[in-house]
Amino acid sequence: MGFKFERSGPMTTVQDLGRYGYQKDGFSVSGVMDRRSAITANFLVGNEAGDPVLEFLLIGPRIMMTSDAVIAVTGGDFTPKINGQPMPMYEAVAVKKGDRLDFNLAIEGLWGYIAVANKLDIPLVMGSYSTNMKCEVGGFKGRKLKNDDEIDFREGGRSGLEFVGHTIEKEYFGDMKKDIRVVLGPQDDAFTEEGIKTFFEGDYVVTNECDRMGYRLDGPVIEHKGSADIISDGIPYGTIQVPSSGKPIVMLTDRQTTGGYTKIGSVVAVDMPQFVQSKQGCCIRFVPVTVGDAQYELRKYEASLKALIHEKATAEDIDGVTEIKRQESAQKGKKKWSIKTLLHLN
Amino acid sequence: MEEARILVAGDSAVVVEFGNEISPEINGKVKRFYSVLKKRNVTGVVDLIPTYRSVMIHYNSRQLFFFEMEAIIKDALQESGSLEDVPSRTFKIPVCYGGEYGPDIQDVANHNHLTVEEVIDIHCAKPYLIYMLGFLPGFAYLGGMDERLVTPRLTQPRTKIPAGSVGIGGESTGIYPLESPAGWRLIGTTPIKPYDPHREVPIIYEAGDYIQFVPITPHEFKAISEQVKAGTYKVEVSDGI
Repeated sequence: MGFKFERSGPMTTVQDLGRYGYQKDGFSVSGVMDRRSAITANFLVGNEAGDPVLEFLLIGPRIMMTSDAVIAVTGGDFTPKINGQPMPMYEAVAVKKGDRLDFNLAIEGLWGYIAVANKLDIPLVMGSYSTNMKCEVGGFKGRKLKNDDEIDFREGGRSGLEFVGHTIEKEYFGDMKKDIRVVLGPQDDAFTEEGIKTFFEGDYVVTNECDRMGYRLDGPVIEHKGSADIISDGIPYGTIQVPSSGKPIVMLTDRQTTGGYTKIGSVVAVDMPQFVQSKQGCCIRFVPVTVGDAQYELRKYEASLKALIHEKATAEDIDGVTEIKRQESAQKGKKKWSIKTLLHLN
Repeated sequence: MEEARILVAGDSAVVVEFGNEISPEINGKVKRFYSVLKKRNVTGVVDLIPTYRSVMIHYNSRQLFFFEMEAIIKDALQESGSLEDVPSRTFKIPVCYGGEYGPDIQDVANHNHLTVEEVIDIHCAKPYLIYMLGFLPGFAYLGGMDERLVTPRLTQPRTKIPAGSVGIGGESTGIYPLESPAGWRLIGTTPIKPYDPHREVPIIYEAGDYIQFVPITPHEFKAISEQVKAGTYKVEVSDGI
């Protein structure tokens, strides 16, 4: 017993943090589009970061609960409702058998997430719960959900009731102008100085050609020195391919493992959630950052997130945590924290 | 120490590049380096993708900073020894060229001042080495395509092409094992399935094997397609080149 999908929505899948170890055979990584929202949902209900979550795009599902559960909803705002009443997001919520959850059109952001303390009963395939739709492997029967599908919860799973009420401030995805940080390379030397300048100074608009493989952007043409083709090599998550049209394509979780277009740079992990949650028409400005800074900030953020939700992380070797702990004691009793503050955004 | 460029590829990947051409020599360096890294089983390294002339290392930047990864790479390059030769096989792949099966074959002919018949003859003239698998499950990147067939990729990739399409992209040729978006020029289609998730061995060949294309007529294409559907078609395989 678990979730019964009265309406599946156009693109609802089971995902985790991705299927690694098989890219050498050409298997895409798959996994959640917005890693931060998925991890946050899992942490809120006391799960591990890599437990399976439900991910939906643009229009959410309508779900009949066929057993009790503790769930958390994160990501874009789909105005979630329980039995017609507004449901809090970014909070562990207890729901009862017979309750109906309804997610509408996203009024902000693109991707929504549901984590369940009881845990979804999904088989581990090649080390991952993620759905690889192209290969029809993993997740729920290797495909997106259809109307009347049912996903059970694991037998003997814990209730998670002790987490009910845990909350964190919702991340806002609705800005129509965003600064997104990028590490240059590996083929930045294939572009003219003017081309690199254009890339960092131009406004790039999210088009309607966006899916789990990648987002095409429209904006000023990025000038190559010569050819836009390279000898095919690996494609990392978030990398920005520029084919000879000069218009960037940001490669995402269902991307192919290798390809032959020049890659000017890559969006850094800590900014990927804001990027993938950008709707059509959102204006992106790319900002350069060093690889070291990007990695440091990611670690600091993720350690802080866990500390805030569970109040159990230790200071370890991460400065950020000590800083956050201090804030915490200064605001005793207040359990709500801002992701923006943690990320030093705006 | 093996000469290589270490290139940043975002905050969770790095490319180790051994040259800028497709050659068995450079690919040999790739294979040696790949085997050293694989054997070391480095904590924090989540995926290795060996390609024609580089190895992409995907790593968890929560466990390894770039500077730490760089040190591991330099150390592995020191060790990078020689690999023993693996015995290879040759797979005969039937292909129906031109027309609806290969809508871009005329472009390839025009670009290289050849007739369509000459394109087919040259494409089938010799076996190709499988340098790497990637892009899609079982997509084989083949080496040794005749220079007379080199044609640039499409400016805007197609959003969808059928499984079994045979194409040319720059200096490369290969088969699309699945329906997919594609930037290569399509010259033909094979009725066989190089990748089938429901088969005991989903991917029929591996890196180091050879592929020999054999031209077939549309009539033969239909006949073989039916045999493939019925599960009675067997791809002809021989030892060696």
